Amino acid sequence: MSLEVKDERVRAVPLLGRLLSRPELGAIAGTVLIFVFFGITAGDSGLFSAKGIVNFLEVSAQLGILAAAVALLMIAGEFDLSIGSMIGFAGIIIAIPPIMWDWPVWASVLMAFASCAFVGYLNGLIVVHTGLPSFIVTLGSLFMLRGLTLGVTRGITGRTQASGLHEYSTGDWITPFFAGQVFRAPIGWLAELGVIGKRADGLPAISGIPVSIVWWIGLTLFFTWLLMRTRFGNWIFASGGEANAARNMGVPVARTKITLFIMTALAAALFATVQVLVTGSADTLRGNLKEFEAIIAVVIGGTLLTGGYGSAIGAMFGALIFGVVQMGIFYTGIDTDWFKLFMGAMMVVAVLFNSYVRARAMRSR
Amino acid sequence: MDTPLVELKSVSKYFGSVIALKDVSFDVRPGEVHCLLGDNGAGKSTLIKVLSGVHSPDEGEILVGGAHTRFNSPKDTLDKGIATVYQDLALVPLMSVARNFFLGREPLKKTWGLRQFDVDYANRTAYQQLSDMGIQLRNPEQPVGTLSGGERQCLAIARAIHFGAKVLILDEPTSALGVHQASVVLKLIVQSKARGIGVIFISHNVHHAYVVGDRFTLLKRGRSAGTYQKNEISRDQLLNLMAGGKELVDLEQEIIKLNNGKR
Repeated sequence: MSLEVKDERVRAVPLLGRLLSRPELGAIAGTVLIFVFFGITAGDSGLFSAKGIVNFLEVSAQLGILAAAVALLMIAGEFDLSIGSMIGFAGIIIAIPPIMWDWPVWASVLMAFASCAFVGYLNGLIVVHTGLPSFIVTLGSLFMLRGLTLGVTRGITGRTQASGLHEYSTGDWITPFFAGQVFRAPIGWLAELGVIGKRADGLPAISGIPVSIVWWIGLTLFFTWLLMRTRFGNWIFASGGEANAARNMGVPVARTKITLFIMTALAAALFATVQVLVTGSADTLRGNLKEFEAIIAVVIGGTLLTGGYGSAIGAMFGALIFGVVQMGIFYTGIDTDWFKLFMGAMMVVAVLFNSYVRARAMRSR
Repeated sequence: MDTPLVELKSVSKYFGSVIALKDVSFDVRPGEVHCLLGDNGAGKSTLIKVLSGVHSPDEGEILVGGAHTRFNSPKDTLDKGIATVYQDLALVPLMSVARNFFLGREPLKKTWGLRQFDVDYANRTAYQQLSDMGIQLRNPEQPVGTLSGGERQCLAIARAIHFGAKVLILDEPTSALGVHQASVVLKLIVQSKARGIGVIFISHNVHHAYVVGDRFTLLKRGRSAGTYQKNEISRDQLLNLMAGGKELVDLEQEIIKLNNGKR
């Protein structure tokens, strides 16, 4: 018997239509627009000199490390608002033991990662087992962690900051992995050739690429691979898209989500490690509002707030836009007060664009 | 006659004081479509849940391939080759057809020592399996949300068959579909039967059931109202047997009278 159900209405989808079904398209288009905009308004201000580029990439990289992990969690349908105070929490764990009790820096960094992983595990466990919205659960941990960090720090040191860590971290073998620079030789060579400008004292404007940028790009590539080419990635999409269907098909939804909460917590620890080892100081208030900035970057990157759809590459471009706008406003001399207005508006536009793209992707024939 | 693939013998199920099923016997043989008919509240859902391992019966026996057994969980039942396609279909609309096809059972390949999701294999296999069943996809990477209701139903059935189902339990597969879409699903049911799969087709639509069914079991208020071979019973008799069948006939008579009165 013939069961052919040929669809005579099949047509080749034009290239634009195919591109529009990718989540990161909006962020890439936005990035191009932003570059054109600042290329015109800030072209000769130094934003696009070697120094300027490294500056905005460093801002983007730090946020991008968070955004990459947050993107995966949001695709799985959950939020993590606690990462903002997790940054302050991890920073204090890194800074205080070496300063107060002469711990080696590598040990305190390890401790910070372990503590954050544990808090992330608790976040995930509570969300999965109580069925409460992760927005509320992690809002609770956002406040609890900040309070804990403030209380403990003031109790131990009498202050809310810890500075002078450079003295301990400079010689530690772990420091170059988080606060170092890479590609020093090629950068020096490019400076010799005159591609990279020199400072007044004759030294190249930059001596290398901050290692945080490598972390950012590396994590984004790893997470993209994880999403698109692993079993776990399929589970992430399914957990966020239709958790019940996923469970019925044998996907360990709870385990998937808990793992992702641990990953966002570890990303916060990585952010804190970079920040503390670069600046040599920790502050209990560090990371304030980073939880929302990461969500903005992820949403600009095309990930749906409701889960089930998105990309890590998109989050990378979202973070890049963030960095370029922040530094661009600084370089063009516009009052930096306008930055937040701009980013907020940008996010709303991105959400509108994304819902249009999704409606297009899901359009039934 | 073939041994039934799965058989319930005098099964009863109680929920507190409610008698959900009483003394119901039911079986399905290879290459047979056995329709389970009944109005809302007749006990169809409870019977499916017993057959799929969600509930264990309070009385009676379950036999798989002639051997006594018990279902410990839905997963255990699935491992015994009995797959249930529920009305929600367990599909994720935002994910591609191929990713849905292999959801929870993703094929892996080793590249540079890393175990990767074999996307090419998944796309190729999903496309091939569906086209073997007469569903021509435009692209295995299109989201399930872009498929029609009938295509989604077929995807869920094809997935169950691909992963080794010997018995398919289909819960109201045509109830939400238009005429054309329903016929696509009915064709797929006939095709599954031709492959030697035993199909349990739950429906309250006698018209759909009669087209593809070999045997019909009627449930009424938790009890079996008899099992009939297709040659023993006509569509109208079947309709009359179902709760509401008589009401429909009465209604028809009344409407004819009304219409005659108008003229």
